[in-house]
Amino acid sequence: MTAQPVRLKAHGAVARRQAVSSVSRYVFLGATLVGVFVLAFLAYDTIGTGGDRLSWDFISNYPSRFADKAGLRPAILGSAWVLAATVVLAIPVAVGTAIWIEEFAPRNALLTFVKLNLANLAGVPSIIYGILGLAIFVRFYNLGPSILAGALTLALMIIPMTVIASQEAIRQVPSSLRDGALALGATRWQAVWHNVLPGAVPGIMTGVILAISRAAGETAAIIMIGGFTFLHFSPSLANPIASLLDAFTILPIQIYGWTIDPRQEFRENASAAIIVLMAGVMTLNIIAALIRERFRRY
Amino acid sequence: MRQLDLAESKRPVSPLSEPLEPLLTNDVAIPESGGTAAIRNPSEEAVFRLADVGVWYGNKHAISEISMSIPLKRVTALIGPSGCGKSTLLRCLNRMNDLIPGAQVEGSVEYHGADIYGRDVDPVEVRRRIGMVFQKPNPFPKSIHENVVFGAKVNGIRGDMGEICETALRQAALWDEVKNDLRKSGLALSGGQQQRLCIARALAVQPEVILMDEPCSALDPIATLKIEDLIRELVQNYTIIIVTHNMQQAARVSDYTAFMLAEEHGVNAHLIEYGPTTEIFTNPRDKRTEDYITGRFG
Repeated sequence: MTAQPVRLKAHGAVARRQAVSSVSRYVFLGATLVGVFVLAFLAYDTIGTGGDRLSWDFISNYPSRFADKAGLRPAILGSAWVLAATVVLAIPVAVGTAIWIEEFAPRNALLTFVKLNLANLAGVPSIIYGILGLAIFVRFYNLGPSILAGALTLALMIIPMTVIASQEAIRQVPSSLRDGALALGATRWQAVWHNVLPGAVPGIMTGVILAISRAAGETAAIIMIGGFTFLHFSPSLANPIASLLDAFTILPIQIYGWTIDPRQEFRENASAAIIVLMAGVMTLNIIAALIRERFRRY
Repeated sequence: MRQLDLAESKRPVSPLSEPLEPLLTNDVAIPESGGTAAIRNPSEEAVFRLADVGVWYGNKHAISEISMSIPLKRVTALIGPSGCGKSTLLRCLNRMNDLIPGAQVEGSVEYHGADIYGRDVDPVEVRRRIGMVFQKPNPFPKSIHENVVFGAKVNGIRGDMGEICETALRQAALWDEVKNDLRKSGLALSGGQQQRLCIARALAVQPEVILMDEPCSALDPIATLKIEDLIRELVQNYTIIIVTHNMQQAARVSDYTAFMLAEEHGVNAHLIEYGPTTEIFTNPRDKRTEDYITGRFG
């Protein structure tokens, strides 16, 4: 009597589980393709409509009532100024808040209240931040519809989401690193600075990337505080700080202004401006990703 | 009796060598736990004197009424089944319990006559004198060199960092294996090497006491032997207190052994027996110690 060889080909329950597993792969591939397809279509359509308008003149000219002479200079520089000021204002406050919550705050009811409200603030519509900015920065502090007022408003808007992302990043740092540093006689701050923050930077940068992208595309809040669409001056490269109090426009507002114009040529301008905005956001993302990778070493 | 000043000093720190005060004679009466003859405090010079030490985690009494004196330049092992509070007791000795929210320590832990839970005592001052090595090797995600000199740097120790690094690595019996790759990441080492790196890191701060919390439990037998040899080497200059769940290890490396037992997992652990290791293992006085070391439970 010869023994039956063991049957190792998938059959019965194993075969069914494997079937589900191989189907799941295609479901997730499909989910990914939906996003990729929509983005690819939008990019194709935008580049097809506006690609021909891209030129150095388009980037460096002031707006004009003639579509072929109109350019993005004030919008590009305005966006650059507003975003730079927003990042400078928001990131230290947001990361500082996250460090306090995760590393220093006593675990009590006040902390729970603060955390809950951060989550709520992250969900507040941007127009509300615009109204707040108008009331406080533009009117009460009398900053006018200036770059500074815009940056403060956008900073308020992105702080909650950046705090939450940074908290998450700090929590990902293994507590064994913190304990290791403290056991060597490091102070709390030394442990945070030398051990926790370097480990949290990649996660914090991911949050910062998302926040910058959101601020770069923000329109409603800036319209609310009075960003213009038609400016014949732009922030001064020679005197960047004084320019903070100048009136300004930003790319999304310029795009909005052009899209509501019924003439086809302005629609083409809008598409071209969208390409410029996307290129700008992508550049910022690449910079942030490089910083992130630098800290991922080891 | 002069007390060692553990309060944070405002004068410039010269942490290397505040001379440890003349040691106390063994004339302080230690309250005996339950008055049993099973607690036999060593008659040698003591580093720590514990009197009725207990720890609460929230409303759970994790350990209670621990009274013992721990001798200078000896290896003292804390043994017992898991959940018996060995690590909790160990973490009382350098105030690492402070880091656990809701942990409360009662009784007194005297280090050379100074209560480390006294008013004005700064945990950073305590921890740079009393180093710690953790259960799981936790090198920082930095180079070997940076790992070793981290403690020296945060404590403001001046001097040739290369020399500090080499001395500590030699003491930890790791120098010959890594001297050519000091720039390599500490995480690239094997588990046993990582643990010796952590020991070197603790030594570089020049502590007097090294606490080891199951330092070999994540290591293979050969790496374990190396660490045990190292412990015997280090005890010529340092006081070592080691938590282990491995009775053979306690028998091999320690001069004194303390056996702890909880009423149930993590609750109300007491010191059952304490004395010279040879006596504990050959002639235990308490029935529970005998049952444990002969493998009847735990």
